[in-house]
Amino acid sequence: MSDNGLALAEWALDEAKKKGASAAEVLFISAESMQTGVRFGEVEKLKSSRERRLGLRAFCGQSSATSSTAEIERDSLLDFIAHTVELARLTAPDPWSGLPDPALQARSYPDLHLNSPDGIIDASTALDLARRAEKAALGFDPRIKNSEGAEFDSGVYRVVFANSQGFAGEYSGTSYSLSAVPVAQDDSGMQIGYWYTSNRMFDKLDDPDSIGTTAAKRALRRLGARKIKTTRAPVVFDPQMAASLVSSLAGAASGTSLYKGASYLIGQLGKSVASQNVTIIDDGTIPGGLGSKPFDGEGLPTHRNAIVEKGELKTYLLDTYSARKLKMKPTGNASRSVGAPPGVGATNLYLEPGRYTPEQIIKSVKKGLYVTELIGFGVNMVTGDYSRGAGGLWIEDGELTHPVQEITIAGNLKEVFASIEMVGNDLVWRASVVSPTIKISEMTIAGE
Amino acid sequence: MANELVNPESFFLKRFEINETAVERTLGAALERKADYADLYFEYRNSEALSLEESMVNHTSKSLSQGVGVRVCAEDRTGYAYSDEVTVDRMRIAAEAARAISEERNQEIAPVHVGTPVRKHNLYELESTALEVPVVDRARILSEIDKVVRAADRRIRNVMASFAVEQKVVMIVTSEGRIATDIQPLCRLNVSVIAQDGNNRQMGTHGGGGRVEWNYFIENDRWREYAMEAARQALTNLEAGDAPAGEMVVVLGPGWPGILLHEAIGHGLEGDFNRKGVSAFAGRLGQRVASELCTIVDDGTLARRRGSLNIDDEGTPTSRTVLIDKGILRGYLQDRMNARLMKMEPTGNGRRESFAHSPMPRMTNTFMLPGDSTPDEIIRSVPNGLYAVSFGGGQVDITNGKFVFSASEAYLIEDGKVTRPVKGATLIGSGPDVLKRVMMVGNDLKLDSGIGTCGKDGQSVPVGVGLPTIRIDGITVGGTRA
Repeated sequence: MSDNGLALAEWALDEAKKKGASAAEVLFISAESMQTGVRFGEVEKLKSSRERRLGLRAFCGQSSATSSTAEIERDSLLDFIAHTVELARLTAPDPWSGLPDPALQARSYPDLHLNSPDGIIDASTALDLARRAEKAALGFDPRIKNSEGAEFDSGVYRVVFANSQGFAGEYSGTSYSLSAVPVAQDDSGMQIGYWYTSNRMFDKLDDPDSIGTTAAKRALRRLGARKIKTTRAPVVFDPQMAASLVSSLAGAASGTSLYKGASYLIGQLGKSVASQNVTIIDDGTIPGGLGSKPFDGEGLPTHRNAIVEKGELKTYLLDTYSARKLKMKPTGNASRSVGAPPGVGATNLYLEPGRYTPEQIIKSVKKGLYVTELIGFGVNMVTGDYSRGAGGLWIEDGELTHPVQEITIAGNLKEVFASIEMVGNDLVWRASVVSPTIKISEMTIAGE
Repeated sequence: MANELVNPESFFLKRFEINETAVERTLGAALERKADYADLYFEYRNSEALSLEESMVNHTSKSLSQGVGVRVCAEDRTGYAYSDEVTVDRMRIAAEAARAISEERNQEIAPVHVGTPVRKHNLYELESTALEVPVVDRARILSEIDKVVRAADRRIRNVMASFAVEQKVVMIVTSEGRIATDIQPLCRLNVSVIAQDGNNRQMGTHGGGGRVEWNYFIENDRWREYAMEAARQALTNLEAGDAPAGEMVVVLGPGWPGILLHEAIGHGLEGDFNRKGVSAFAGRLGQRVASELCTIVDDGTLARRRGSLNIDDEGTPTSRTVLIDKGILRGYLQDRMNARLMKMEPTGNGRRESFAHSPMPRMTNTFMLPGDSTPDEIIRSVPNGLYAVSFGGGQVDITNGKFVFSASEAYLIEDGKVTRPVKGATLIGSGPDVLKRVMMVGNDLKLDSGIGTCGKDGQSVPVGVGLPTIRIDGITVGGTRA
């Protein structure tokens, strides 16, 4: 059965029609993974998993229901399918619901190189890589006194998707990651450092020593962090923290937030939503990209979409439903989990690199904050109001000085993006959402 | 469905066509190498969700999941494997994968005999589950919510309401022969409202639930209360000015603002972080970590609460654990492994999201006991400060102790009076320090309405919090008005 997901999907679509569904789609996902962790060189955890789930979205006219199950024997599925169709009948008809326009469905799709031939890495190799990363961290400096360990994970997955108007497709992928979390300690207290590498290809992961060493440096530079006085000042976001800002903008540009009235970007299409230095792209077609997929959660081809081009909001991210609501065209950004109807999701999302080195950006700041940590969920998508816990390093006359913590940075996303003054050239594809270093000309920093 | 599940043990054995011998053999296989302990966690989960937007109940969903997790513990090592195919073969393969953490044994081990039932609470035995309530009846309440909110004010622009119900059946069998079972219902009704005035748009959210029957939402018109509260919050926020920035006196309202305790101290007192010495609270048992007005407990034994459990996910009955007694740190939250390694007793806090996850120490319902002050006295005592009554999420850095939680409804206090509403802002403080600044504790302890979900290491579990009105002298408020 596991080798014949498409046949199972087609069978389930037929059965749904027999039960009275006017249209349907089936998503079948199978995945295996192995997570390994070490702490002080010893195995701390070993977790192996294997999952298969089938998701069905059934339509009765304009009414629909979505369901998922792990019981994929055909006998159990018959009941499950009948129940889903029944549930769809009980749901209110929605004039905008339905499968996508068949003309937009992907007819052929590219090989995006999502698969490493290495598959799941055996436990002893995996543990050895984690040990090397942790050892490099522990040996880097005598102030690295404790460890939250190091972890190596590998996973393989396969996605099968078919609908009752002729789309049937499948793809598979792999993912690997290695991370280390050392703890630095001195008289001022303890600080953790985290660093990682993640890739679809096993042989493209960063070297374990560099992961451990970088994690150690990140922990050490936080030692002795202190609070600062409340002020308004320039804020430089390191690439990881800048990526979280880019995510927030993409969330507000998602069709789902927009038609619900829950986005600060309503009515902003074609208008300036960021400074001219800012171009933000979502591209699901990047070969080997962590967020790449040949077709989206509704069977439409993925694209390269410029969300923001030189500061101007060019497109929203749309699935079929939100596109219909907003009277636009879907952008191939339907994301689909097995148990839920399609939503909108970014694929590989990035802010295009600029021309400054991170050093030049820091040099340009007389007094300001270099942010390397953000915590909390203080982003209000409806208003764009932004207020998050932060930590990092204080910049004085263009030099990084002492670490700071227990402060917040606040502003409104509209103003924050409008005041991106400099964009770095240091874009690295470490995750599916990435950014270079960026400088915001001014934000409120709350401290003492 | 509910009646079919009266006996979880026979439910699983029948459902998966396995018998006790198979379970014993799996545990035997798990222990074949040098290990202290092994357990099996069987789970069957049936859940449904309905949601309304733009006045239509246009999304319904249903999910069935089942599986078994096999865990092997040896000293501080954990091997875990799971499968959503529950067969004798799959269980053996999982046991072999899980035991790879441990070394070969030299001698034979005694065979495992299961059969000792575990004593447990009876906190949520329901007459029926909301899964049995016809979908159209559940949908009707969502439509009613939409109607009452839209009728409340012309500035209401959109209403989103959802109802989710699940029923989880679990069986835990341990290598010591203990067998524990539970049926765990859970419901949640949620309402979000967007209000608009000119170009100003604001959201308000409220909801609640617990391990309750459908009628819980109907009696006392609870559904209406959630709806009107969400609307009121959205409308209030339309009037909100910029929030202040900097350190100031903050008064937290009762109930959900107890998320402060969850972030500031709860996570830092979980056994795993303290055993490893990576928590800012490590090694501080017996020390003062809060003002003497503060007594804080974690209590998994409250009837029908969202964070409560008859047994935790390792089969240990839940309990009431005093974390801080009159300001002194007294206890940690423990699962079995960390309790054993720290030579302490398990507290019934070993929890997991599902069979696909290994358990770890987690909170249940975490709250501060009431004090003597009236809420009025507390507000009146503040010349200048912030009064925060509703919050979104929070987060903590366990190791340096810094935590945040974000206000979604807050007001200025001027000359002892609550005056203007201000926009939401993140509050940041230091866990081992913030409760030392608690200067007044109200007599109005309230538990939250049943909406909390806690994330740790990629696992989400339902939790509760509670707080009386309290005054904190000095916490940083992250507004924009410097």
